[in-house]
Amino acid sequence: MKTSILAALAVLALSSTAFADTIKVGVVGPFSGPFAIQGKNFKAGIDAWMALNGAKVGDDDIEIVYRDLPAADPAQSKALAQELVVKEGVQYLAGFYFTPDAMAVTPLLEQANVPLVVMNAATSAIVTKSPLVVRTSFTTWQTSAPMAKVAKERGVKKVITVVSDYGPGVDSENAFKTTFTAEGGEVVDSIRMPLSTNDFSPIMQRVKDSGADAVFAFLPSGPTTLGFVKAYNENGLAKAGVQFLAPGDLTQESDLPALGDAAAGLLTTFHYAVSHDSAENKTFVEAARKAIGNPAELSFPSVGAYDGMHVIYKMIEATSGKQDAQKAVDAVKGLAWESPRGPVSIDAESRHITQNIYLREVAKAEDGSYYNKEIATFEKQGDPGLAALK
Amino acid sequence: MPKASGLLLDHTMQTVLSVGIDALAYGMVLFVISIGLSVTMGLMRVVNLAHGAFAMIGGYIASYATQMLGFDYGVAILVAVVGTIIIAIPVERFLYRRIYGAPELTQVLMTIGITFCVIGIANYVFGPTLKTIPLPETLRGPVDLGFRSIAAHKLFAIACGVAVAAALWYLIERTSFGVKLRASVDNAAMAASLGVRTRIVYAVSFAVAVGLAAFGGIVGAELLPIEPYYALRYMVTFLVVVSVGGAGSIPGALLACLLLGAIDTTGRYLLPEYGEFFFYLAVIAIVCVFPRGLLGRSR
Repeated sequence: MKTSILAALAVLALSSTAFADTIKVGVVGPFSGPFAIQGKNFKAGIDAWMALNGAKVGDDDIEIVYRDLPAADPAQSKALAQELVVKEGVQYLAGFYFTPDAMAVTPLLEQANVPLVVMNAATSAIVTKSPLVVRTSFTTWQTSAPMAKVAKERGVKKVITVVSDYGPGVDSENAFKTTFTAEGGEVVDSIRMPLSTNDFSPIMQRVKDSGADAVFAFLPSGPTTLGFVKAYNENGLAKAGVQFLAPGDLTQESDLPALGDAAAGLLTTFHYAVSHDSAENKTFVEAARKAIGNPAELSFPSVGAYDGMHVIYKMIEATSGKQDAQKAVDAVKGLAWESPRGPVSIDAESRHITQNIYLREVAKAEDGSYYNKEIATFEKQGDPGLAALK
Repeated sequence: MPKASGLLLDHTMQTVLSVGIDALAYGMVLFVISIGLSVTMGLMRVVNLAHGAFAMIGGYIASYATQMLGFDYGVAILVAVVGTIIIAIPVERFLYRRIYGAPELTQVLMTIGITFCVIGIANYVFGPTLKTIPLPETLRGPVDLGFRSIAAHKLFAIACGVAVAAALWYLIERTSFGVKLRASVDNAAMAASLGVRTRIVYAVSFAVAVGLAAFGGIVGAELLPIEPYYALRYMVTFLVVVSVGGAGSIPGALLACLLLGAIDTTGRYLLPEYGEFFFYLAVIAIVCVFPRGLLGRSR
C-alpha cells in the first residue's frame, strides 16, 4: 500500500508540468459540523482574495479544491491530503484549522513535492516538522505573551491562570506564565479545566479565593466562552476589581453578539480585529463580508486564509507554475507585505508570520453592537513559542 | 489542594456555602432539562435521544421571539413551549407512534436520526453562531446573598426546578390522568380494554415531555448556550441523570441531579484538573449499587 502511494506520488511529481495550465490548491478545513463557521471564514478569505486579485497567476488558472474535515481527526486529515495530492493533483496544500490535522500532513510534503500553507493551526511546533510548511495565521504563544506585558504595565502583580485543558490552553498558560514571571510578576495559581466544563461558578470561586488581581484565561472560541465570561460577571469578579485578560480567541467577532454586555471592557491581545483601521482592511472586509453572506460571521480565520492565498500566489509566480515545493517556499522566505491586519512578513528561518499583536478592548459601537477596539500595538512580534521549544 | 485550607475558618465556611449554592443551582438546571427525558424513558419506555433536540428547538424559538419579535421573556417561554409542542405533534404522529414498544435499538436509531435532522435544519436556518435569550431586567445581574453574590437567573432556575418537580409529582400521582398514564404504561392492552384511550394518553404525555424539554432548554440556556450542536453535546449528561435517578421517578431524578450537581461542582472547585473523573466515578458507583437508578421501579 505504502509503496504504491509513493510510486503514485513520484509519478505525479515527475509529470506535474502537465497540469501547468490549471494549478490546483487543496484546502482542508472544517466546512461542516460544530466548527463550520471557522471553515466558512477560510472560504470567505480565499474568495475575497480571488475576487480582488483574480483567479489567474500569469497564464495559469488557479482552482481551489475544498475538502471537509469537521473535527480534529489526524488520520482523516492525512487521507484527505493524500487524496488531494494523488487524485486531484494539487500543487499546494492549505487551510488546516486544528494542530493535529496539520501535523499529520507534514510527513507527506517532501515526497509529494507540495508546500503546506497553514491558515490557522496555532501550535508553535508545526513549522519545525517540515521545511515545506509556511504559516500565515498566529501561534497561541504569539498572541498570549504580550498580555503578560500589558498586565505588568497596568500594575497587576498577582495573576491566576485558568485555561481549558488541551494543547492550545496549555500553550497559552505557559506563554503567559513564562513572560509574566520574567517581567517580575507572580502567578499565584494555575487551573486547567476540562473542555466539557459548562458551569464555571466553582472556577470563579477559586479565582476569588486565590486573591489574584487579574485572571488570565484561555478557552476555545464557541459555546463555553459565553458561559465563562458570564460567570466572571455574575460571580462579582468584575465588581471586585479582578481584571480579565485573555488572548483574542475569547472575543472573536462571531461570538460577540451572543456575549453582548457581558463582554464590554474585556481586554484581549490578538493579531487581527475585523475593526482594524486601514485601507487594506477596509477593502478586505468588504470583499470577505460579501463572500461570507452574513457580516456578523466574519472573524480571524478569514485573514489567515487571505494572507495564505497571498503567499501561494507569490509561490506560483516564483516557480512560473512549475511544481517545485522547495523553490516555492524559498521564494516567500522574508517576504513582507501589508496585510489587512497590518504589516507582516514571513520569518526566513521559522517560516512563521511576523506581525503586530494588538491590545484590544471590547467596546460598543454607535449602532449598539460590540467590537474589538485596538488600543495599543506590539510591533513585529515573532513566535516566542519556538524559542521555548528549544 | 484547596486554597481555603490555609485560610481562616469562617472563610472556609463561606466557601463551602458558596460552592453549595453553586451545586444546588447547577443541579436544578440539570433537573429542569432532564426531567422530560425521565418521563419519556420511564413512563413511555421510549429511549428518546432527540430530547436535547427538542430542548434546542425551544431555545431557538425563545431566542427568535425575544430578539427578533421583541417579546417579553415570560411570553417568549410560553410561545417557545407551545411552539415546540406544535412542532412535535406531527413528529409524534408519524414517527414516534411507530416505535412505542419497539426494541430499544430501533428507538435509538430513529431518535438519533431525528436529532441529526434537527441539527442540520437548525444550522441551515439559524446559522452556526451562538444564540442567546436576553433575560428580563429582574433576572439580570447578581443578587447579594450576604456572603456572596449569585446570578439572579440561577435563583430563577432553582425556583423553576422546584415548581416543575411539584407539578409533575401532582400530575402523575394525584390526578386521574396520572392514574391512566400509569395504567397504560404497566399494561396497555388491559388499560385500553378498561376504556382508557391509550393513544391519547401517550400523545399527551409526549407533549408534556417535549414541553418540559423546551422549558429546560430556555431556563438552562445561560449555562448551556443554544447552538446547533446543543442537541448532541449534552445528551450524555441528560442520559446519566435519568439512569442514576431511575427512569420515570421524579424524586429520583431530583435526587440524582442534586447529588451529581454537588459532586461535579465540588470536584471542579477542589480538583478541576481531574475533569469529570469524579462525576463519572460516582455514576459508575451508583449504577453498580442501584442498577435501576436510585429510585427506579423494578418491572
